[in-house]
Amino acid sequence: MEHYNMDLTLKVWRQKNAQSNGGFETYKVKGISSEMSFLEMFDVLNEDLIKEGKEPIAFDHDCREGICGACSMHINGQAHGPWAQTTTCQLHMRAFKDGDTIVVEPWRANAFPIIKDLIVDRSAFDRIIQAGGYVSVNTGNAQDANNIPIGKPVADEAFDAATCIGCGACVAACKNSSSMLFLSAKVSQLALLPQGDPERMSRVMNMVDQMDKEGFGSCTNTGACEAECPKGISISHIGRLNAEYVRAGLSGRKIAE
Amino acid sequence: MSLDSKIPAGEISQKWTNYKDNCKIVNPANKRNIEIIVIGTGLAGASAAASFGELGYKVKAFCFQDSPRRAHSIAAQGGINAAKNYQNDGDSTYRLFYDTVKGGDYRSREANVYRLAEVSANIIDQCVAQGVPFAREYGGMLSNRSFGGVQVQRTFYAAGQTGQQLLLGAYQALERQVALGTVTQYNRHEMLDVVIVDGKARGIIARNLVTGELERHFGHAVVLCSGGYGNVFYLSTNAMGSNVTAAWKAHKKGAYFANPCYTQIHPTCIPVSGDHQSKLTLMSESLRNDGRIWVPKKQNDTRKAIEIPEEERDYYLERRYPAFGNLVPRDVASRAAKERCDAGYGVGTSKQAVYLDFQDAIKRYGKIECGKHGNHNPGDAEVRTHGLEVVKQKYGNLFDMYNKITGEDPYVVPMRIYPAVHYTMGGLWVDYELMTTVQGLYCLGEANFSDHGANRLGASALMQGLADGYFVIPYTIGNYLANDIRTKAIPTDHPAFVEAEKHVADRLTQLMNIKGKQSVESMHKRLGKIMWDKCGMARNEKGLNEAIKEIQDLRKEFWSDLFIPGEMNAMNLELDKAQRVADFMELAELMCIDALNRRESCGGHFREESQTDEGEALRQDDEFAYVAAWESTADDKWNLHKEDLVFDVVHLTQRSYK
Repeated sequence: MEHYNMDLTLKVWRQKNAQSNGGFETYKVKGISSEMSFLEMFDVLNEDLIKEGKEPIAFDHDCREGICGACSMHINGQAHGPWAQTTTCQLHMRAFKDGDTIVVEPWRANAFPIIKDLIVDRSAFDRIIQAGGYVSVNTGNAQDANNIPIGKPVADEAFDAATCIGCGACVAACKNSSSMLFLSAKVSQLALLPQGDPERMSRVMNMVDQMDKEGFGSCTNTGACEAECPKGISISHIGRLNAEYVRAGLSGRKIAE
Repeated sequence: MSLDSKIPAGEISQKWTNYKDNCKIVNPANKRNIEIIVIGTGLAGASAAASFGELGYKVKAFCFQDSPRRAHSIAAQGGINAAKNYQNDGDSTYRLFYDTVKGGDYRSREANVYRLAEVSANIIDQCVAQGVPFAREYGGMLSNRSFGGVQVQRTFYAAGQTGQQLLLGAYQALERQVALGTVTQYNRHEMLDVVIVDGKARGIIARNLVTGELERHFGHAVVLCSGGYGNVFYLSTNAMGSNVTAAWKAHKKGAYFANPCYTQIHPTCIPVSGDHQSKLTLMSESLRNDGRIWVPKKQNDTRKAIEIPEEERDYYLERRYPAFGNLVPRDVASRAAKERCDAGYGVGTSKQAVYLDFQDAIKRYGKIECGKHGNHNPGDAEVRTHGLEVVKQKYGNLFDMYNKITGEDPYVVPMRIYPAVHYTMGGLWVDYELMTTVQGLYCLGEANFSDHGANRLGASALMQGLADGYFVIPYTIGNYLANDIRTKAIPTDHPAFVEAEKHVADRLTQLMNIKGKQSVESMHKRLGKIMWDKCGMARNEKGLNEAIKEIQDLRKEFWSDLFIPGEMNAMNLELDKAQRVADFMELAELMCIDALNRRESCGGHFREESQTDEGEALRQDDEFAYVAAWESTADDKWNLHKEDLVFDVVHLTQRSYK
């Protein structure tokens, strides 16, 4: 792969805190290597800003290997930028060319209030999990792990759902800011596995209820979430979520029993 | 103070059972009135906090990330060991114990390691019960694979995302407790000091990273699960936020720091591509199940990998270590890669890389697949198609990650890899109960020193984190708290809290007021370079003495020329980083002092002065079979305390993987 350098114009959302009004600022960066990650390009910009005595741009990031789910930039209108199934930290500057202008915004959703610049508050996701995204089993003498065989296709499908990194790209990509893909991934994983079976009805009712309380919108059925999910979580899990929800509803199950 | 490791009496296989049968227990009515603070929500922290909640304690769980689910355990790829012997290949608790002690180059504590091996099987049971989707065979049984330094298949995994699945299991158990009201979660909070009252840890000072406010929190006990300190090297496979601060503050308040020089350099990471590099990415050790490591036989060979014929390739691990081949332990594999590169056989533009090649595996699996379909004389193309499918299923996510970072396709050309800092075996000294030298202050997981000796075997970090959190601390903390049932919550206007908060505020103010010219990042990079060059894969007396001087000078520069923009009483990511790097600057010196003191090679610590004729690490058991536990003194220096390592069961030998 040929390496090259580029000069770029960045339009970045700056916002001092949750209370203040934000706006776009324009920055120039020079000599960016095609080998850098997108966040390393931001590191360069931030070092430049610090040299000028200015505050660097605040953004969430941690593992920088595509798994922690912290990074969350909306780049040129796409959650995590132009590469398919890629988090912002794994997006590399090879995706851009010399002279490009790149617009970077935070996730936009009522349920994800902005904290500062590109950082948003995603604690709503924690509360959705608290509503039932678990198996109620205390630590102790669980039975032998091989006592319940689980066929490979089912185990694999549950795993595919479980690979969700909770980044919120699905919400950011959705016109309705729906969190159905995030929610369905957990409901689907646990509904597929025998361990999740005893609580499957109360789980789906309570988690959906919490999602609504947090102010996430309804599913648009457009599939934008799947298209922008960095882990390629399939919307078929939303199908399973809907089936689970209907089944639980028909059983007369009440929320938060 | 003399070090009492509190190892229970009796046969090694009975120690933990005896301990559990005889330790004190807090009754349920009293647990409700006892508060525990847990710092960090990785595997150790999340599992401990969840388990405490289940037991009925009042728990406060702190993490600096925006959610507990983002702790860096999430990034562990390859797997978790457990002595289940599902493969009928001769595994046992004893064998896992033995492999771990040997893998750690005989510098860990036998009793702790035995307990770890003993509870390893329970971890798998617990995680499966939580709905963790481990890889399975077609018959529905759990699948295993091999990891370095062992000759059985005992590693459980979930594709290349085992840490993620285990952490989400622990996170969900934690969130369940939050919903039940036993655990209160403090996200985007960083612990900046331990509060000590009458010689016992009784709380913390934490900074709310959103508002910048300092908060005081009381706890009957404080449990640190804050991970390792690999980021002292700047470039490592750790997350950007991984830091030593919580452990270091505890150290400054009396907790001894043990074996700080034991650093694990992982052999298979994507090489550095330029000065802009912010972190290094691991390519899982599981890849060494199928990948073959090689360099050209000719020095400074500039041909492309595919142009180098088979007979001109040096599979140096297979050559040097025929018994273990590509699956030698990490320290051995890393040094062997460095040796080849230093001798001029490295590949790629930097010449600081070796190849990890999957072409043989693709052929081997392809032939097996064709055979399964009754095709015993397949063409090359057919073999390749089927082989690629198998390799993709096993390692697809890792290959994709490699492709995104380097722009090269590892299905076609071999990966280029080089060793990188990955894990730290050293950490706060703890006794058998995981208590530090401060009463009521515990340390779990990577943050403590106890189980891995001088080198950690692959897939053992996840095992230790969850063993400590799910199965050890729930028992041992009760033995301490049983004496505390009459202790009422100490009001946070107690002078000890006031003083600790003032100390923290003063230090932050001092950092903000330096108002110099240099950024935190630029100084952190310089610190990392000193450490990598002189306290990295190979160390010697001259280099270490130079490093100590350079670190002291850099620290002076840091405290006189640092520039932090923004405000103290608001979100300020530069300030967060600065106070972490300030602690790394102190730790770095101690690491060099410890490395200088240990005039032997063992595991990840390679002193050039102490090696065999074949260039292998040479231990000096007569002089150094001890844990070096360092006490921080009032004049910012250190006193050395030694815990002699007694081996009742394992016989010390020169480690050999030939």
